[in-house]
Amino acid sequence: MFINMGPQHPSTHGVLRLGLTISGEVINKAVPDIGYLHRGTEKLMETRSYQQCVVLTDRWDYCSAMPNNLVFCLAAEKLMAVQAPPRAQALRVVMCELNRIASHLIFLGTYGIDIGALTPFLYAFREREMILDLYEMLCGARLTYNYIRIGGVAADLGEDWVAKCREFLEYFKPRIDEYDTLLSFNPIFLARTQGVGIIPRESAVAWGLSGPNLRGSGVDYDARKSEPYCGYEAYDFDVPLGQTGSCWDRYFCRVQEMRQSVRIVEAALARLAPGEIMAKGVPKIIKPPAGEAYAHVEASRGDLGIYLAADGGAAPYRLHVRAPSFLNLAILQEMLVGRKVADVIAVMGSLDIVLGEVDR
Amino acid sequence: MSRDLGSSRLWPTEVWSRPWSLPRYRAGAMWLGGIAAGIVVIGAGVGELSLWGDRLLGLLGRFGLPPVAVAWIWVLVKLGCVLGVIVANGLWAVWWERKISAHIQSRFGPMYAGGFHGWAQTIFDTIKLLFKEDVTPAAADQPMHALAPIVAIAPCVMAFAPVLFGTELAAARLDMGVLYIFAFAGISVIGVVMAGWASGNKYSLLGGLRAAAQIVSYELPRGFSVVPVLMFAGSLDLAVIDRAQAGYWLGFIPRWFVFYPVVGQVSFLFFLIASVAETNRTPFDIPEAESELVAGFHTEFSGMKWSMFFLTEYGYVLLSSFLLAAFFLGGGAAPLPFLRFVPSWIWMTGKAMFMMFVFMWFRWTFPRLRVDQLMDFNWKFLLPWSFANIGLAGIMLWWMLR
Repeated sequence: MFINMGPQHPSTHGVLRLGLTISGEVINKAVPDIGYLHRGTEKLMETRSYQQCVVLTDRWDYCSAMPNNLVFCLAAEKLMAVQAPPRAQALRVVMCELNRIASHLIFLGTYGIDIGALTPFLYAFREREMILDLYEMLCGARLTYNYIRIGGVAADLGEDWVAKCREFLEYFKPRIDEYDTLLSFNPIFLARTQGVGIIPRESAVAWGLSGPNLRGSGVDYDARKSEPYCGYEAYDFDVPLGQTGSCWDRYFCRVQEMRQSVRIVEAALARLAPGEIMAKGVPKIIKPPAGEAYAHVEASRGDLGIYLAADGGAAPYRLHVRAPSFLNLAILQEMLVGRKVADVIAVMGSLDIVLGEVDR
Repeated sequence: MSRDLGSSRLWPTEVWSRPWSLPRYRAGAMWLGGIAAGIVVIGAGVGELSLWGDRLLGLLGRFGLPPVAVAWIWVLVKLGCVLGVIVANGLWAVWWERKISAHIQSRFGPMYAGGFHGWAQTIFDTIKLLFKEDVTPAAADQPMHALAPIVAIAPCVMAFAPVLFGTELAAARLDMGVLYIFAFAGISVIGVVMAGWASGNKYSLLGGLRAAAQIVSYELPRGFSVVPVLMFAGSLDLAVIDRAQAGYWLGFIPRWFVFYPVVGQVSFLFFLIASVAETNRTPFDIPEAESELVAGFHTEFSGMKWSMFFLTEYGYVLLSSFLLAAFFLGGGAAPLPFLRFVPSWIWMTGKAMFMMFVFMWFRWTFPRLRVDQLMDFNWKFLLPWSFANIGLAGIMLWWMLR
C-alpha cells in the first residue's frame, strides 16, 4: 500500500512529503520529497546588497536564525578582511548559544509530541518564550532577528538585559533536569527511541550528517572546536557524544548540548567587556573585492556553511548554502526501510529538520 | 536599545516564587473547598437516590395504570437517566479534561465562555458541532460511514444498564452484570473498524485495524484482572460486589478489594491499565495516534458523527471509572466510619471522578507505545501475570475460608 505522509501531516514538521510503500505496518520503501518551501533565496541574494542578504538568511532555519545571520556575516567579513570587535564577538556567541537552546527546546517539545507526550511541548515553549522575550528586548524581533550584521552586531544590550538573561539561565538549569525526569528517562519514551533508527558511525559520515545527528553516532566533530570562530576557542565546554546512534542518543545529545550552551552563555556574559559593537571601516555600501570565501558555523542543526563568490559589485555574484537539514534528511530513505509506521515519526523527529532550511 | 515588554508578560520566575500571595490562587482554593462542602451538604440533605427512585415508582403506581405500562414508563425513565448521565458526562469530561490538561501544562484552559472558568465551553462546542457541515468523502462507503458512529455509541449506552451509581442505584439489576458490561463494551470496536474501513482513507484504515487488534487483545487481561474480585465477592452481580466491600477491618481500614494484600493492588493496576487501553487513551491511543495517523479512524468524520465517537470514548472512560470504583474502591462505601452520613451515590461518583482524573493524568503525562510494544506488553506481561494473580487469589481465598 502506498501512503503519502505529508506535505500536510501533523508530524512532518513543515511541508515534507514522504512517499511510503508499506505492507501492513512495515515500511518497504520511503522516498522523501522536498521542495514545497523553496523560495530561491540563493538566487534572490544575487540581486540584493550584502546588508539586505542578511535579512534573507533569517528565513532559512527560522527556528534558529542567529547562526544563519552569523555565517553570512562571517563569509562577507572574510571577503572584506574585517573582524568584529571583541564585544560584538561575545554578543554573537551569547545570541547563537541562546538560539541553540531555543531551537533544541522546539526539538524537545515537538519530539515529545511525535512520541505522543503532549505536555513537554508546553514546558519547552514556556522556556523558549523567555528566550524570545530576551531577543525582543534586544532587537525587537522574536523570530527573524537580523541582529548580527556585517562587521558586528546591530544593537548593544539594554541596561537590565544581562540581569534578565542570568535570571533565565538560573531558572532554566533545573528545568533541564525536569525534562529528563518527564521525558528523557521515561520507560515508554526509552522503549520508543532506544535502538530505533540507528545510524552507524560509518554511514553517518558517509551521508554527510552533521550536528547532533552526527555526534549522536559517536563522531566527535563540532565546528566550534575544530575551526573555532567568534572566539569559541576561549570558552570551556564539552561536546556531548552519543553511544549507539539511535534516536534516543540524538535526542539526549541535544539535551546535553543545552546544558553546555548554558555554560557558554554564562562564560560569555562574564567576559562581556564594554567596547565597540561594530568594526571600524565598514562602508554603507559594501563592495568586497572579487574573490571567494567559505565560512561555516556550528548551527543548532549542524554544520551550516556558506560559499560566497564576489565579483567586486554591490551584490554577491553567487552564493551557495550548505544546509545541515538538507543533508541530514537524505539518510531517511535508508533508515526507514523495514521499520514500523510509528517509527517513521520517531526517526524523522530525531533528525530535527527544518524545511525552511532544506528547501531555502 | 532596550525594549520594555510591559507588565503583561510575566516570566515564571516572577510568579512561581509567590503563588499564595496571588489573590487568584487563594480564590481558587476557596472555590474548590466551597464546592466540595456544598456537595457534601446537599448530598446529606437529599439522602440516598435509590430511595427517591422507590418513591417515584410508588407514585407512578398510584395513577391506576396497568402494571405493564408502569414497567415500561419506568424503563423509559431509567433509560432517560442513563442517557442524561452519558451526555452530561461528555460535556463535563471534555471541559474537565481541558482544564486538567491546561493546569498540567501551566496554562489556564477555557476561561471566557460562560464566565466562570469557561464552564460553558463544551456547550458552545456542541452547538458548533451541531451546525457543522457533515462531510462524507467521495471515496467513502456512504451507509457504513453513517452507521459507524451509531454502532460505536449504542453498545456504550447499553453497557451502562447494570452500572452502579451508588449502593442499590442502577438502571437494571442483573445477576451477570459484570459479564454483560464486558460483552457490550466489546461491541463498540466494530463501529471503530467500520469507521476505519468505510472512510476510504488509508490512515483511517490503519487506525481501525490497530483498534481492532488492540481492543480485542486487552479485553482478556481486563476480564481476568476482575476474576479475583469475583472470587472474593462470589458473584457477578455488581450490587453483591458493592456490598461485599462494606465494613472495616479494625474499625477503620475499609474492606475494599484494593486493600487486599498484593492481589487487590495487582488486580486494580491491571484493570486500570487494560481500561486505559480499552478506551484508546494515551499511552495506548495508537488507533488515533495523531502524530502518526493524523486522527486515525475518525479522520474523515466531522460534526455530530465525529462527536458521537468522542461521546463514546468519554462514555467508556466514565464506565471504566465507575467499574474501578465499584470493583476495587468500595463502591458506595465511605472511606471512614464517621463519614457514613454522606450518601453512597456521592461516594461512588467521587471515587469514579477520581479515577477519571487518573485517566486524564495518564494521558497528559505519558508518551505513546508502539503497536508491537503494546501487543508485547499485553500478551507477555499483563496476561500471564493476571493468571498468576488469579492463582494467588485462590490461595488467599482458601486460607480465608479455611
